[in-house]
Amino acid sequence: MKRQGIAEALRDGIAEEMTRDPAVFCIGEDIGVPGGWGGAFTVTLGLAEKFPGRIIDTPIAELGFTGIAVGAAMMGMRPIADMQYGDFLFLASDQLINNAAKMRYMSGGMIKVPMVMRAPVGATGRGSQHAQSMERYFIGVPGLKVVAISTAYDAKGMLKAAVRDDNPVMFFEHKLLYGSKGARAEPGAVDATSDIPEEDYVVPLDRAAVRREGTEVTILGWLLMAHFALAAAKELSAEGIEAEIIDVRSLSPIDYETIGASIRKTGRVLIVEEGPKTGGVAAEIAAGIMEHCGESLLAPIVRVASADVPVPFSPVLENAYRPDVPRIVEAARRLARS
Amino acid sequence: MNAPAKDDREFLLGLHERMVLIREFEDRVKFLFLEGTMPGTIHQCQGQEATAVGVCAALEPGDFITSTFRGHGHALAKGLTVQEMLDELFGARTGCCKGKGGSMHMGNMDKGMVPGIAIVAGGIPLAAGMALAFKLQRRPQVVACFFGDGAVAEGAFHEGVNMAAIWNLPVILVCENNLYGASTRVDKVMRNPRISDRAASYGFRGETVDGNDVLAVHEAAQRAVAECRGGNGPVLLELLTYRRTGHSRRDACHYQPKDEREAWFSRDPIDRFAAKLLERGDVSAADLAAIKARVDAQIGAGVERAKAAALPALSELTEDVFA
Repeated sequence: MKRQGIAEALRDGIAEEMTRDPAVFCIGEDIGVPGGWGGAFTVTLGLAEKFPGRIIDTPIAELGFTGIAVGAAMMGMRPIADMQYGDFLFLASDQLINNAAKMRYMSGGMIKVPMVMRAPVGATGRGSQHAQSMERYFIGVPGLKVVAISTAYDAKGMLKAAVRDDNPVMFFEHKLLYGSKGARAEPGAVDATSDIPEEDYVVPLDRAAVRREGTEVTILGWLLMAHFALAAAKELSAEGIEAEIIDVRSLSPIDYETIGASIRKTGRVLIVEEGPKTGGVAAEIAAGIMEHCGESLLAPIVRVASADVPVPFSPVLENAYRPDVPRIVEAARRLARS
Repeated sequence: MNAPAKDDREFLLGLHERMVLIREFEDRVKFLFLEGTMPGTIHQCQGQEATAVGVCAALEPGDFITSTFRGHGHALAKGLTVQEMLDELFGARTGCCKGKGGSMHMGNMDKGMVPGIAIVAGGIPLAAGMALAFKLQRRPQVVACFFGDGAVAEGAFHEGVNMAAIWNLPVILVCENNLYGASTRVDKVMRNPRISDRAASYGFRGETVDGNDVLAVHEAAQRAVAECRGGNGPVLLELLTYRRTGHSRRDACHYQPKDEREAWFSRDPIDRFAAKLLERGDVSAADLAAIKARVDAQIGAGVERAKAAALPALSELTEDVFA
């Protein structure tokens, strides 16, 4: 057992998968440059030396290297692509949505595209174009699996599961959760470290995780919001409200079994999402809850999400954009008493 | 296996038959479409048979091609059967993509053809990635990536070609320059319409070839394949050709000037090659007529079977999304 942050856990997970399977390689911008950063958030630091020729630095060409990853995956490789910032996925979306996601279907089941696309998301003092919550844009794409990790344990276990999966997996990470040190440390970072077992393990790509048990209200979150929801639960508990916290984690498919079991117990659900409220993942989850266990609800579903605006720069505004613990507490309190 | 020498009679007749097969297939598909029995839309390649046949004849069975929305000729040239293609066009479960691909996504991985990529230039980075896999796996295969003149204006062309160049990937970039991207003439969308010139700016070799001369195409493709297999890829082949039919199903080609059409029609790849074959002395008009008859019979039988082929069960709608 060792204590690790997400960046280290991902690095070890990638290294272990590359050791296990020669078909695994990494591709992206600035991921293996000697004297460089190991990717924008240090995840691949040192791997180029360990795996010569298998940490492939690309030109600044997101569409291009994504297409390269798709083509390589079709021919039996297992690429882990690194999108420096999630926002750049728009450039790569043709290859992801039109090729990676559809290739198996269009070919009548002949083709497998076993690739992982890692992408950091989240508002972190970088203005509007290095900040968006991108997971919403991919959950409705048949053929893609979408996960969003919030702990180092899941980061390693789900990364390994994603690499071993025969389908394209969108793998979202939050910039405030990496736990990177030194020059790449993020102001406002949240501790997402975990005890990591020495032995090999995987975390399934289709299961939500109950992070805290409670009886009166279910709070759903993922990425940074899973941490904020847990912090909110502590405050709520002090007021005598016991919230059940679920880290949704698997955004496509969504684990309605775990979510439904909780809602049947609490009858109340609050969904917390960093990102504009309109058209978000929370909207999809809310509709899914109505279909799966709507009859168990004792009160209407509540969403706490960002305003329908681009991510602002000024820290005052950015903090107002991002759902925070007080807002979650207030919404949960109101819901619990409704 | 080396391709047979080009003076081999059987090989040459094989090239001819393959081109005739594509022409007759396309003409029959157009008829079926106009007749109203075939669903969907079609993008046809009558007039461009020599590019598909010349390039694919230079490939080994284990090599791959990527294609576009105009892929029927590439598919037939790479060895897909008339039957699996007609079945696919009729939306049958026995089609090469189980009826889920259709005209624009024709393909069969067992025969080395990725389903057609119908997003212009979308196949170029993909082909480069396939070639990267071959390089990383130390496999001897190459990829021939077909695209049109219109693709050159796409960002995907630049990104994919540049990466193929910096990593010396075994990919033959086959630009079928038929002078029109949909209805827009090539000289309106590029200041330098000599597409092969672009290769030099990326640091590799390009050449422009008469794309209506199947032997010229074949020879250029053989050179390119040898270079790519030898680790000296990529190569850009610009094949000058002309589309005899519309961009898609109901396009009457009013934007193609009459004199231009006539000039290109007089350089029809099948007519030219047939004339060349007849000059040899060991090929007779009867030989060519026999080929035509064989092709017609093959297609006729294929159409009958395809019209009666089983359609997918509705339960197949949700199959093949995930592996």
